[in-house]
Amino acid sequence: MNENRVNVAIIGPGNIGTDLMYKIINRSKFMNLKLMVGIYSNSEGLKRAHDLGIEASSNGIDTVLRDKSTKIAFDATTASAHLKNAPLLERAGIRAIDLTPAAVGPYVCPIINMDEHLNRPNINLITCGAQATIVIVAAISCVTKVKYAEIVATIASKSAGPGTRQNIDEFTQTTARALEVLGKAEKGKAIIILNPAEPPLIMRNTIYTVVEEQNKDKIVAAVEKMVKKVQEYVPGYRLRVPPIFDEDKVTTMIEVEGVGDFLPRYAGNLDIQTSVALAIGDRIAEKLVGEEAKSR
Amino acid sequence: MSCRSEHIRIVDTTLRDGSHAVKHQFTLEDVKSIASALDEAGVYGIEISHGDGLAGSSIQYGWALYSDEQRLSSASEVVKNNKIAILLIPGIGTKKDLQRAIEHGAKIARIATHVTEADISEQHIKMAKDMGLEVMTFLMLAHMESPGKVLEQAKLMESYGADVVYVVDSAGAMLPDDARARVGTLKEHLTVEVGFHAHNNLGLAIGNTLAAIQEGATVVDGTLCGLGAGAGNAPTEVLVAVLDKLSYKTDIDLYKIMDAAEDVMRPRMHRPQIIDMASLTLGYAGVYSSFLLHIYKAAERFKVEPLDILLELGRRKVVGGQEDMIVDVAYELSHRE
Repeated sequence: MNENRVNVAIIGPGNIGTDLMYKIINRSKFMNLKLMVGIYSNSEGLKRAHDLGIEASSNGIDTVLRDKSTKIAFDATTASAHLKNAPLLERAGIRAIDLTPAAVGPYVCPIINMDEHLNRPNINLITCGAQATIVIVAAISCVTKVKYAEIVATIASKSAGPGTRQNIDEFTQTTARALEVLGKAEKGKAIIILNPAEPPLIMRNTIYTVVEEQNKDKIVAAVEKMVKKVQEYVPGYRLRVPPIFDEDKVTTMIEVEGVGDFLPRYAGNLDIQTSVALAIGDRIAEKLVGEEAKSR
Repeated sequence: MSCRSEHIRIVDTTLRDGSHAVKHQFTLEDVKSIASALDEAGVYGIEISHGDGLAGSSIQYGWALYSDEQRLSSASEVVKNNKIAILLIPGIGTKKDLQRAIEHGAKIARIATHVTEADISEQHIKMAKDMGLEVMTFLMLAHMESPGKVLEQAKLMESYGADVVYVVDSAGAMLPDDARARVGTLKEHLTVEVGFHAHNNLGLAIGNTLAAIQEGATVVDGTLCGLGAGAGNAPTEVLVAVLDKLSYKTDIDLYKIMDAAEDVMRPRMHRPQIIDMASLTLGYAGVYSSFLLHIYKAAERFKVEPLDILLELGRRKVVGGQEDMIVDVAYELSHRE
């Protein structure tokens, strides 16, 4: 292993896990993808990992737990699987970055609170809708008190997997809560819409806020600055409609196009999650590399 | 084909779909008067929710004057003989909202999804069934898909436990043969009852409902005076009169339902429920009826033509609930010049 990189594993070789695999291989500065594990030997994702020379196993999490060199594991399985995986990873001293809605660890957004949680055993990436919208609410919250934040996330039907579909309430409830906890809105509400149009539409997010002071110039500047920051780790994150003001209501619209590492470009909702995972994984890995160097 | 002595159940949705036409500003007194008149007349189901279902009160869809619980409690005080229904659209409302509605008197749960997205309703349908409710499910904007696709999705809802699966013409875009083809296919292949919900954008709300009934639909929707999104729904009082002339049984007193429309509903209407150019275009272009008043508002705000917004929405294939796209389109049109 390269001493400037940390060994990591992906649990769950589905669409998300596979996209994350390509992101780590192509874009990571501090991580070395050592392992890809699943539970089905005929998994397409495992086959792709194997073909890329990555150790691929269908023995599930046990392979990760036995591998003494792995420091970080990305869990791209399901909430119920992660609830079982989380304590096992913690006991093995492996940092868990959780892409499921299990929320064992704190909600983390790269821009808002990543550095507070770098030493946590478990980090949760909230929802795609939250990652796309809480940053805007947080930006506005820095200018004025946000009394209410409401977001509408519209995604292509094809990009919504069975997990999202069977637990759609989890999306709305978790996203609404993140608007309050990380966006600092006094009250949050979230709506999700699946649109089956062909060709599939690119992920869209509308962010409504009710603000205390309508400081238009400052709000517009804060939102534009925030969009640029997000673009550093989600290149396809774009301001579609800059803040529109109606009395105390501010409406902002965002489009998220994926970079197409593995998933189609319209699936910005999935790309933003794997991009966030990459950003957080790299930040933790950078810190671990630094600590390693110091102890040598 | 149906026999004339067949029993047809009517769900009146004045206090849900009709809510769009009053921008969700029903007072608790409106709720009590309307629900009481419907109950007196013998309407099987009386639907009470925000126009976009439970928890629909929002910036996106418009704030309601009172909460879902307040309106349900008021209705529960006066509805004695018939059932209170609610609408829930997964993605907007949640199981928690459903739970609260049941605590406030809901006896029929109507769970609605876009016509291709039935699988997001599984948990809500199962929960409502487990709690002893009658469950009617909606496949919205059903004109956008073929009868075969509608059937595929209807079978999912049936498998989750729906008692009735509705073909919902949310855009008022169907012609009678479109209604017949979808209802007929469902009737032939489902074991549960089939329902139909019409909109009047092409002037066919009653005609399509009748076509659906002739193909075997046994549960249909209406609103007093046709109050509803777009050009409105099938007027309940007209539906009762037509079904009475055809000797179908509805258990609704024709005179009482006519009085409810004329004396209770009509004085409370904010605007005449007519087919104007915009609502006709909704039907013609196949756009979700609830968008109408939001389109007028955005057209005024951004100084663009309502029809231009509407046609662009049709081109973008927006689905129910995407009211934010009205602002997006209006903003874009206003910046095009």
